[in-house]
Amino acid sequence: MRNFRLIGTVAHRLALLVYIAVALFPLYWLLKIAVTPDKLLYTEGVRLWPSHITWSHFRFVIENSDFPIFFRNSVIVSGSTAVVVTALSSLSGYALSRFSFRFKFWLVGLMLVTQMFPLVMLVAPIFKLLSPLGLTNSLTGLVIVYTAFNLPFATFLMQSFFDGIPKDLEEAAMIDGASQFTAFREIILPLTLPGIAATLGFVFTAAWSELLFALMLISGNDAATFPVGLLGFVSKFAVDFGQMMAAGVLALIPACIFFLLIQRYLVQGLTAGAVKG
Amino acid sequence: MASIDIAGITKNFGNIEVLHGIDLDIEDGEFIVLVGPSGCGKSTLLRMIAGLEEVSSGDITIAGRRVNDLAPRDRDIAMVFQSYALYPHMNVAGNMSYSLRLRRTAKDRIAQAVSGAAGKLGLEPLLDRRPKALSGGQRQRVAMGRAIVRQPKAFLFDEPLSNLDARLREQMRAEIKRLHAELGATSIYVTHDQIEAMTLADRIVAMQGGVVQQVGTPLDLYDRPANLFVAGFIGSPGMNFLPGRYDAAPGPAVILADGARIALPLDPGLAPGAEVTLGIRPEHVALGESGGMEAGVDLIEPTGLGIILHLSLQGVGLKAFTADRGVLNSGPSIRVSLPSAHLHLFDSAGNRVALR
Ligand SMILES: Nc1ncnc2c1ncn2[C@@H]1O[C@H](COP(=O)(O)OP(=O)(O)OP(=O)(O)O)[C@@H](O)[C@H]1O
Ligand SMILES: [Mg+2]
Repeated sequence: MRNFRLIGTVAHRLALLVYIAVALFPLYWLLKIAVTPDKLLYTEGVRLWPSHITWSHFRFVIENSDFPIFFRNSVIVSGSTAVVVTALSSLSGYALSRFSFRFKFWLVGLMLVTQMFPLVMLVAPIFKLLSPLGLTNSLTGLVIVYTAFNLPFATFLMQSFFDGIPKDLEEAAMIDGASQFTAFREIILPLTLPGIAATLGFVFTAAWSELLFALMLISGNDAATFPVGLLGFVSKFAVDFGQMMAAGVLALIPACIFFLLIQRYLVQGLTAGAVKG
Repeated sequence: MASIDIAGITKNFGNIEVLHGIDLDIEDGEFIVLVGPSGCGKSTLLRMIAGLEEVSSGDITIAGRRVNDLAPRDRDIAMVFQSYALYPHMNVAGNMSYSLRLRRTAKDRIAQAVSGAAGKLGLEPLLDRRPKALSGGQRQRVAMGRAIVRQPKAFLFDEPLSNLDARLREQMRAEIKRLHAELGATSIYVTHDQIEAMTLADRIVAMQGGVVQQVGTPLDLYDRPANLFVAGFIGSPGMNFLPGRYDAAPGPAVILADGARIALPLDPGLAPGAEVTLGIRPEHVALGESGGMEAGVDLIEPTGLGIILHLSLQGVGLKAFTADRGVLNSGPSIRVSLPSAHLHLFDSAGNRVALR
């Protein structure tokens, strides 16, 4: 009996370890190539760590390329998209969770359908829509498009968090003298912080790594985001792997900072103690 | 404080009508207990009074004002939920003062009201705690405290004690009774618990299937149940029912299935041969008397306070309750009789026929 449990624990830990190794290996490789001097990249064969390392790729990317601009653009676009989508989806998610209204079923169905389209099909129509409005080649245009594409999923995500909060709580608040909106703002929303953090994180990463629309709607470097910028390292004749990977490592930093900021809420179960228990 | 009038209330969920015309007049300061089996619509009725469910038809009047279309917050009513529904992100003081803060009551008035309520409920040492750091009983008290700080027109309770263990429940029951005596607030209290209903209520409302079966004082319902449902529902262990036929000669009596003749104290004015049900409470079944009928002893349950005997009287189950421990040594059978002074009689439709 005890042996079985021991084996179980060991197997469990091993499985976690394997999973973590597999998940982190590409990141490790990214870092490794970023610090490998160009002349060692091909000559040393496949090694886990180069015989000596260099930071020159990072210096070049920061000082001599347009990467700082791409970065700034990406931060603006992803940050705004995350905030706008989260604000809207907490309202729409609450509505789906708590209200019953006509055509709710069809509305939900329609939102699901939007998730089924291959995005490539939509590039041309979206371009046609945005260009007379002057929203191509602009960060605002990107924010609008990303918001539209992320809203349905974020709504479902927020709805599931609201569903997890007992209805009793807002009913108690309404009896205590709150309007439904006050109950939403003062009772429900604070309890949904983990959900809000998750949604912010999800949308931020989705927007941060989006390539297709960033590539199609933006021309020139002024409004380009970082994934588009990365492509710049692929030239007709060669790929500058060292610089590309260095840029990739730099691009991870804001995402990491962002998740560090929200992780407190991601893991916290705020509703503990709300009802009996 | 206020009176509450409920007139012809019905409630539909979609096509299903779950309340079929409820009428109830509740006086100022009265303590009303709603009892009934699960799903009979007690919570629904309570939630309609609170304004959490819409009224399908009929009128609800609180303190002379029709409130059908008023939002919960405009009805000035407090409610204690079965789940307590404490705000997890506020501490005890925050939970209790939330309603006052919403009304923009002055800070010192709030502090005064909270400490007053906390004092009444023994919550002073817990005011800074979050709900998750409280025991079930303490959470229950906070929920009560949240209701009383407001001094509302009426209190609604939906099975407030059902998540507590038996001992704590007893204690809180006494506390609620004490609070009601002190505050004198109109209260409507939903429960499954017999004892809560009997001990707390000024009047009990017994409901079944969305219909009020009987309204009366606890002893009214106990001594003169209006029909078989109320007779069986009130009291624990429940009343015994013996099917039989009415017979008028030589004297008024009920003939049980096996032919035994049980004399009635007076002539109920039924047609001879009519199907009836005889009822008697377990504590009224007389045991060990000479004469009487022979009953088999199936099971003996000592409760400490007394003893519940499961008997079979010619194939019909019969429960008896006695404080006499002598019955513990009785053999496989015992003599029982049904004193006519304690008999209840119900006609074929299940309605009470007066015997007293
Ligand atoms: N939102 C709803 N939609 C549809 N039917 C409902 C809804 N709420 C309650 N009902 C139905 O109404 C009836 C009465 O429910 P209610 O909750 O009032 O019962 P109750 O007497 O409080 O039962 P319990 O003692 O189990 O709490 C039940 O048959 C229930 O299925
Ligand atoms: Mg109920």
